[in-house]
Amino acid sequence: MHEIPIDLLIIGAGPAGLAAAIGAAEAGVKEILLLDRQDEPGGILQQCIHNGFGLKYFKEELTGPEYAQRFIDQLDVYPQINIKTESMVTKITPDRKVYALNGRSKLNCYQAKAIILAMGCRERPRGAINIPGSRPSGIYTAGTVQHLMNIYGLSPGKEAIILGSGDIGLIMARRLTLEGIKVKAVLERLPYSTGLNRNIVQCLEDFKIPLYLSHTIIEIIGKKRITGVQIAPVTTDLQPVYNKAFLLPCDTLILSVGLIPENELSLMAGVKLDPNTCGPLVNSFYETSVPGIFACGNVAHVHDLVDDVSIESKVAGQAAAAYIQGDKFSSSFFKVNLGRNIRSVIPQYVATNQPTTLYIRTHFPEKGVSLKIGKNRIQQRVVTPGETIRYTLSPEKLKEFTNSITVSLEEETKID
Amino acid sequence: MIETDILIIGAGVVGASIARELSRYELQILIVEKEVDVAFGTSKANSGILHSGIHDLPGSLKAQLCVRGNTLYPKIVEELNVSYKNNGQIIVARSPEELPILKKLVQQGRTNGITGFSELSKEELLQLEPNLSTNLAGGVFVESAGIVIPFDLVFALTENAIANGVQLAIQTKVLNIVYDKKQFLVTTNRGIFKTKKIINAAGLNGAKIAALIGDDSITIHPRKGEEYILDRKLEGLVKRTIFPLPSENSKGILIIPTTEGNIMLGPTAQEVNDSTDLTTTAAGWQEIFPEVKSLMPSLKATDLITSFAGLRASGNTDDFIIAHSPVSRQFINVVGIDSPGLTAAPAIAEYVIELLQETGLQLKEKKVFNPYRRLIRMQTLTREEQEILMKKDPAYSRIVCRCEQISEGEIRAAIRRGATTLDGVKLRTRSGMGRCQGGFCTQKIITLLCEELNILPWEVTKNGPGSEVLTRSLRNK
Ligand SMILES: Cc1cc2nc3c(=O)[nH]c(=O)nc-3n(C[C@H](O)[C@H](O)[C@H](O)COP(=O)(O)OP(=O)(O)OC[C@H]3O[C@@H](n4cnc5c(N)ncnc54)[C@H](O)[C@@H]3O)c2cc1C
Ligand SMILES: Cc1cc2nc3c(=O)[nH]c(=O)nc-3n(C[C@H](O)[C@H](O)[C@H](O)COP(=O)(O)OP(=O)(O)OC[C@H]3O[C@@H](n4cnc5c(N)ncnc54)[C@H](O)[C@@H]3O)c2cc1C
Repeated sequence: MHEIPIDLLIIGAGPAGLAAAIGAAEAGVKEILLLDRQDEPGGILQQCIHNGFGLKYFKEELTGPEYAQRFIDQLDVYPQINIKTESMVTKITPDRKVYALNGRSKLNCYQAKAIILAMGCRERPRGAINIPGSRPSGIYTAGTVQHLMNIYGLSPGKEAIILGSGDIGLIMARRLTLEGIKVKAVLERLPYSTGLNRNIVQCLEDFKIPLYLSHTIIEIIGKKRITGVQIAPVTTDLQPVYNKAFLLPCDTLILSVGLIPENELSLMAGVKLDPNTCGPLVNSFYETSVPGIFACGNVAHVHDLVDDVSIESKVAGQAAAAYIQGDKFSSSFFKVNLGRNIRSVIPQYVATNQPTTLYIRTHFPEKGVSLKIGKNRIQQRVVTPGETIRYTLSPEKLKEFTNSITVSLEEETKID
Repeated sequence: MIETDILIIGAGVVGASIARELSRYELQILIVEKEVDVAFGTSKANSGILHSGIHDLPGSLKAQLCVRGNTLYPKIVEELNVSYKNNGQIIVARSPEELPILKKLVQQGRTNGITGFSELSKEELLQLEPNLSTNLAGGVFVESAGIVIPFDLVFALTENAIANGVQLAIQTKVLNIVYDKKQFLVTTNRGIFKTKKIINAAGLNGAKIAALIGDDSITIHPRKGEEYILDRKLEGLVKRTIFPLPSENSKGILIIPTTEGNIMLGPTAQEVNDSTDLTTTAAGWQEIFPEVKSLMPSLKATDLITSFAGLRASGNTDDFIIAHSPVSRQFINVVGIDSPGLTAAPAIAEYVIELLQETGLQLKEKKVFNPYRRLIRMQTLTREEQEILMKKDPAYSRIVCRCEQISEGEIRAAIRRGATTLDGVKLRTRSGMGRCQGGFCTQKIITLLCEELNILPWEVTKNGPGSEVLTRSLRNK
């Protein structure tokens, strides 16, 4: 098969791919190709018609499509960036061959000098969380409903229950309500919500939608279309209390039970994954375990703010440029260790001489703790699993470390 | 009024196999099926194993027809282009005490006429299947067992039967039957059909249908089996179907590789009262998971992508009931077809034809019988073939289902071949069956159904009336 040579190939033209392309173009890459399987660039943002995007990056409040458009418009400035939509990458190899099916009847093979993985994530479906009961129609993931409503203009039902209090679930609770669909409850298995606090206030409290913490669905009922769910409170070790179960009728069940980075292609290329982020292990340059293959955005770890995606993806783009141009990066890295109440940190390897922003997620919420990184400790008002903690290590701060960096949350009194 | 020689009630694997065999002859044949599509009964929700016949009691119809059916399959799947693999089965002994029971089972298999056994020491077992537990004592490999995609098989059988002149009436439920000694008048929700002979292949409703002509010799008691499916990324973890020793009422809880690279765990075997109870339960999973994990310790609950349940239509004799009805010899019961009914189906069809001949049916072979069903599966084509097809029809280059990589062309073809619902498309193409379970492609498939069938989005159903997936448009309210 004829191979098309290309300097930089980026898989996915969501906010991550777009920012990475611009970062690479600014850094002097001559030929950049963005491939996306959808029919327009912008990724998941195109269906996020609510606002709240860009406060950090553009210092103004934009909707998802507006935020994406800011980047799409910039592409005109860089003729070296080429974008092909309706192009689905089906295979990549460790030596950076990329196979893509082009929606206009062609199978192409590219040989890239560098690749950036920016495939985003997908939602966890019902089967993955194994809810017992029947299998009627009327059960959707939150993102599917968002797509059906915001892109197709179709209504999923009349009375909905939402399982999971992640951000997409919360945003959909408001969206459904605004369209006249009754949201009877949002259920969360944990004793706290996994979404951003601002979304709980703006999407549930403002609309008086009840949030049942420590509750889950133990059975789905309905033969053809869903007619209701059996709900039960859960104990502290998350076991349902069956004798306290009650029935809530509904004709629609929306699942917002987690996002999974889409790393099937990454695995094909031999990229090593981090079990905590479910994305590739990366260093300060967003380079994966395979030289010349980079990863950024939701494929690397699930972000709560798109602004962070844009910032890190620019770094990835610049690093890919340096790789293509033959510049040597730092070859020594500090491994990041996870300490008390830390679920994940990205990047997992910090270059010893490179200013690096750490994105940190906690296991459980708590108050009155300090983030401890080496000698530095930063007081946190509250931490929750739904909100990323950011911390930038300057070259100055990096000097104190010798071979690894441990990140932890410590109760204030315990800090020496 | 439609008049036929033979009316078959039920388009499961049994009805469809009989129809296809009969379509070789000069006969008017009609299949009536109450659901919106074929294969929507038990034939879509089972383990998909083509059993060897080792488990069945010597002398039973089950043993005879399972062994025979197993040998008929390679030709059928070849002709009909059905996903099939002769992967073999391994029955394991968990402890040295179980080894003698295993020996007895092999003896039973020999009596049933099966060949191709190999007894496996613990070491040989692990050599064949390195991911099995190191605590097992040994096993036996049976070569002839295979796996098939059961609904694909039923779609293929019906399509091929239709191509050879059989008529199919879907959404046609048999409500009443009157016999006037010359012919049957079959009342359905879609009118009355006249027929000389009836084949009762109505699965779970087999007893009810027999009762319509006053035959109350049959009872059916539904036995539920839950199955759980794991992500395709585990492909290769196990190659052969793994069985423990059989239990009192089932072949045990199994680890089943599918032809498409998934792994399936199950089934349970639980008597239920409601013949429409297809729920999965927390208890079912709690029964299955520890059991399979003890056979293969690396299995993880986090690799689950979906689950389902099927109902075995077990009869009152512990064997298949395939016979002329005591009420009329023109009415043939093919009921109580629980496991291994899928495997036995082609042999059941042969057997039923013999019964028909006993009542004087004259069989005259058609001059032309087309045994083939052709189907485009992009994934199985060579690169060159794909290129040619995509040039001819670019719809084959637009991927709709990302996880299973199914193209728009394949989905449109499935709708033209008879799919009218989301489940119909899913079962024919695998779109929506992968790890995201339709999260990304459902919208697109709704659009394609609307375009091909000329219907509105809120008329699209999951599996027939009552299972509409959307309620209305948000625009121009
Ligand atoms: C419902 C929802 C609400 C959100 N709300 C907010 C908010 O209010 N504020 C905020 O700041 N952030 C919000 N976010 C977060 C933010 O939108 C995401 O973090 C961001 O979109 C991630 O960008 P990405 O480029 O990594 O992924 P995506 O936007 O998912 O883009 C990935 C792209 O890659 C393509 N792709 C994947 N695989 C392939 C392949 N094999 N071949 C070709 N193309 C491929 C996909 O089609 C897609 O276009 C929200 C996210 C969601 C899902
Ligand atoms: C969990 C489980 C696992 C199994 N595993 C295996 C296996 O691995 N290997 C194997 O060989 N076998 C297996 N079996 C058994 C196998 O699935 C069945 O034997 C087989 O599918 C029966 O096919 P059928 O055509 O008789 O029934 P069905 O597929 O149920 O078909 C009967 C049809 O009749 C229709 N019908 C009913 N009433 C009416 C009416 N009044 N009017 C019109 N139509 C009507 C129904 O809608 C249905 O489509 C398994 C079964 C279960 C439940």
